[in-house]
Amino acid sequence: MIGFIRRPRCRSHPAAGKPRVHEPLRRGFAFVGIAMLILSCLAIPTSAQDTLPPAPYAYTQIDDPELEAKAMALMETLRCLKCQSQSIADSDAPMAGDMRHQVRSRIAAGESPEQVRAWLVARYGDYVSYKPAVSSTTWPLFAIPLLLLALVAFILFRRLGRTR
Amino acid sequence: MIAELGLAALWLAAALAGLQLLAGVVGLRDSGARIAALVRPAAVVQALLCALAFGALLLLFIRTDLSVALVARNSHSAKPFIFKLAGTWGNHEGSMLLWVSVMALAGGLIGLLERRLPERTMIATLAAQAFVGLGFYAFLLFSSNPFERLAQPPAEGMGLNPLLQDIGLAMHPPTLYMGYVGLSVAFSFAVGALLTRQVTPDFAKVMRPWVLGAWIFLTLGITAGSYWAYYELGWGGWWFWDPVENASLMPWLAATALLHSASVLASRDALRAWTIMLGVIAFSMSMLGTFLVRSGILTSVHAFAVDPERGTFILALLALNVGGALLLFAMRANTISEGQRFSVLSREGALVVNNVALSAILGIVLLGTLYPLLTEAFDVKVSVGPPYFNPVGAIFFLPMLVVLAIGPLLRWRRDSFERIQSPVVAIAVVALAVLAGVYFIAGIALLPLLGLTLAAAVAVASFLPLRGRSLRRLPSPVWGMVVAHFGVAVALFGMASDTAFQQERLVAAEVGDTIEDGPWAITLVSVEPAAGPNWTALEATLAASYKGGTPSIIRPQARSFWTPPQETSEVALLTRWNGQLYAALGGEAEGDRWQLRLWWKPFVTWIWYGGVLIALGGLLALIGRLAGDLKRRNARAQIALRRETTA
Amino acid sequence: MTWFRWIMLGLAIGLFGLFAYQLSQPKDEFIHSAMIGETIPPFDLPPAVADRPGLSSADLADGQPKLLNVFASWCVPCAAEAPNLARLEAAGADIVAVAIRDRPEDVARFLATYGNPFTRIGKDDISAVQLSIGSSGVPETFVIDGDGVIRYQHMGDIRDEHVPVLLAELREAGE
Repeated sequence: MIGFIRRPRCRSHPAAGKPRVHEPLRRGFAFVGIAMLILSCLAIPTSAQDTLPPAPYAYTQIDDPELEAKAMALMETLRCLKCQSQSIADSDAPMAGDMRHQVRSRIAAGESPEQVRAWLVARYGDYVSYKPAVSSTTWPLFAIPLLLLALVAFILFRRLGRTR
Repeated sequence: MIAELGLAALWLAAALAGLQLLAGVVGLRDSGARIAALVRPAAVVQALLCALAFGALLLLFIRTDLSVALVARNSHSAKPFIFKLAGTWGNHEGSMLLWVSVMALAGGLIGLLERRLPERTMIATLAAQAFVGLGFYAFLLFSSNPFERLAQPPAEGMGLNPLLQDIGLAMHPPTLYMGYVGLSVAFSFAVGALLTRQVTPDFAKVMRPWVLGAWIFLTLGITAGSYWAYYELGWGGWWFWDPVENASLMPWLAATALLHSASVLASRDALRAWTIMLGVIAFSMSMLGTFLVRSGILTSVHAFAVDPERGTFILALLALNVGGALLLFAMRANTISEGQRFSVLSREGALVVNNVALSAILGIVLLGTLYPLLTEAFDVKVSVGPPYFNPVGAIFFLPMLVVLAIGPLLRWRRDSFERIQSPVVAIAVVALAVLAGVYFIAGIALLPLLGLTLAAAVAVASFLPLRGRSLRRLPSPVWGMVVAHFGVAVALFGMASDTAFQQERLVAAEVGDTIEDGPWAITLVSVEPAAGPNWTALEATLAASYKGGTPSIIRPQARSFWTPPQETSEVALLTRWNGQLYAALGGEAEGDRWQLRLWWKPFVTWIWYGGVLIALGGLLALIGRLAGDLKRRNARAQIALRRETTA
Repeated sequence: MTWFRWIMLGLAIGLFGLFAYQLSQPKDEFIHSAMIGETIPPFDLPPAVADRPGLSSADLADGQPKLLNVFASWCVPCAAEAPNLARLEAAGADIVAVAIRDRPEDVARFLATYGNPFTRIGKDDISAVQLSIGSSGVPETFVIDGDGVIRYQHMGDIRDEHVPVLLAELREAGE
């Protein structure tokens, strides 16, 4: 059974410790994101894709439209681990489909989106969520915009207030 | 032969850039030096030589000269002509050559035509241009030689990837490059003005058309890129805050602020320091973007073929150019005197808010894009995506839109609230009506709700500056402002509408089934095999009818290419004035069913119409300025002529 | 506001330093599991092949430390690491496996070609167990101690130099 939109996204692990691959043969294929995807897949013969069908909830919506909307909103903020930078809602990789299955089954079973997000973060760390949580490693992400806001107010009052 | 000629021309051009720099530096120290007179001619000849080099590369690609390594890697004798041509810049080396060629061309034009500024400032500008250019020449000649030969030419080239043979994708790089290079000109002007302490309205008037031109190209490039990703990647998304997308947005944000700031400097002699700083920042963002996407330092679905060695070279250029300019800016701080004063409630005041808000948004995009890189240095991996950028950006963007609505109504220097009271009230009434209406009719999330409200407000506000003015005698730049601001409203409306109102259906359908998606009824008529020159596909025929009207036929495909082997989804789009039906075909499901993914996306096309309107506004402004400049030039020539004849 | 300009310059220099540093580092593309130190979540997988029993979380908490190998027949590096898995088995390691998205006949063929060092093989058709332990690809090998706590994760195929490392981790998990 083939996946939904068949774009091979296989990424077995590159060998541990190998430096970043240059892929000199393909240097000419600059500027194309799709080309990059092909690159990662031509390293592995296309026949070496899993042959099982997608998970039940990978390509099926939850019957309740409200729950489906909640699940969809969550999936758009969860990162596909085998892709270069896509949400699981936007990826055809089988693992992304399996993750969508987990998300939809749990939401359908009554869990809240934040609980499902927490479940995934407990497994993969903050990397899997596109919504950074406030923590000891991410506090500058939130402090700096506040600082910018203060700076903006300062600049405006100083620059414009002065000439009153 | 041609390749060697091209390489020789490139070396000579680099040498001339060196001469231009040398002559410029000497000329700055001693303006009487004879060598200073060489600066302008050097710029012109450099442009000619670069054109020759690029022409040589074009010819090599057109002829598919497989003895040249670049052609062998990126082209194929069976490629259609237009894609052979586009293949010239569709690779790293070729695109770098395009960059230096456009830079050299810009420098040549300035050297040939620009006489309004003091000669010393022009020398400094051209010297700065040469300095930046030399870095790129070095990069090309020592690390990315486009004219390298192969010892044994292959029988056939490698570049027949059908996905690269898309006209939108072919035009995307040159469009963005014209933008980036235009910003390098602004950078050189800023550095030249800093060096000679000539931050004047004339300087802004000379710089403005270059910034406008660059900005128009950037707007079009980003709009086209967004639309290409939308229909090509098969998921209906048009912006993901992906690092490469951000790398093109950041220069655009800086260029927009620079544009407005330069206009203020040109007409009111205010915002001097802002204009210089933005001139430096805009090109810095272009270079930063180039670095980010080519060095492999960030993970992105759009990442180019990356090379850390090249990344190091670009980083060195970045540090040299940007670091140098910022240092100069800091050291010359006290010598840029204050411009004209203005009150809070004035057009200058609104534009200060504009500058500050755009810079803050730029800062946030930069922070979010680079933050994962920072934490990785500490072995922690985080992801920063739309759930961060959208709300945090909105904190600065939404108030900025309010100022965008009111700003163009204000007079220069000092205005009073009483004078603008009625238009402001009108805008507020429209905004509140839309806010209340949308909120009560369709409970949607806060951000899209505010987006729709402000889009309506800006749409109305963008035409208000026209009231009380004679439309026939309105200068082109004012039309430009109206159209561009209206374009912002249109694009914002599209974004908010698609975010809030899109409806997705994911179904496993049998032939004959009808699926409802919003106002559409879509029937799966058949799924048949189809074939093309180098692909086979499964093609679904869908009959889609809008609110019970006559059905239209659309045919999404799941396509398999065989050279090279890959699979793509060709989505089918059905466009109405009020949105698009987006259909994609997936694989087989159990029981003779087919996976179908259908979206009804209300007003999504308005996003790109808005982008085109913004660029059109810029074009109107540019034409107006250039026409004005030409008229003034002719008038001056006439006066000079009359003086001579009467003397 | 000159201080502001110097801050900008300082920030720029800091940024360039960060870039230079990152360029010099090898890129670590692995997403490590955050479940190291946690107890393995409960699961019960049916057998993937006829001649080996299935795998459940209870099997992993039976008092004996084990290696858990996550693999698939369609994964090329999994074939490459087969000799080293055999060496680990020969050195006394108890290796169990989870087969990801694999048909029984494909697994059987893979094991027949490359050898079968596993005492148990669970069939994970929708990557449920893989996701629950924080594994993000194949092949990966986990060291699980006798109480079912995940002690160590090795990502990618097992090369010669990794064999003693895994044996040491296994020994440590047994103490």
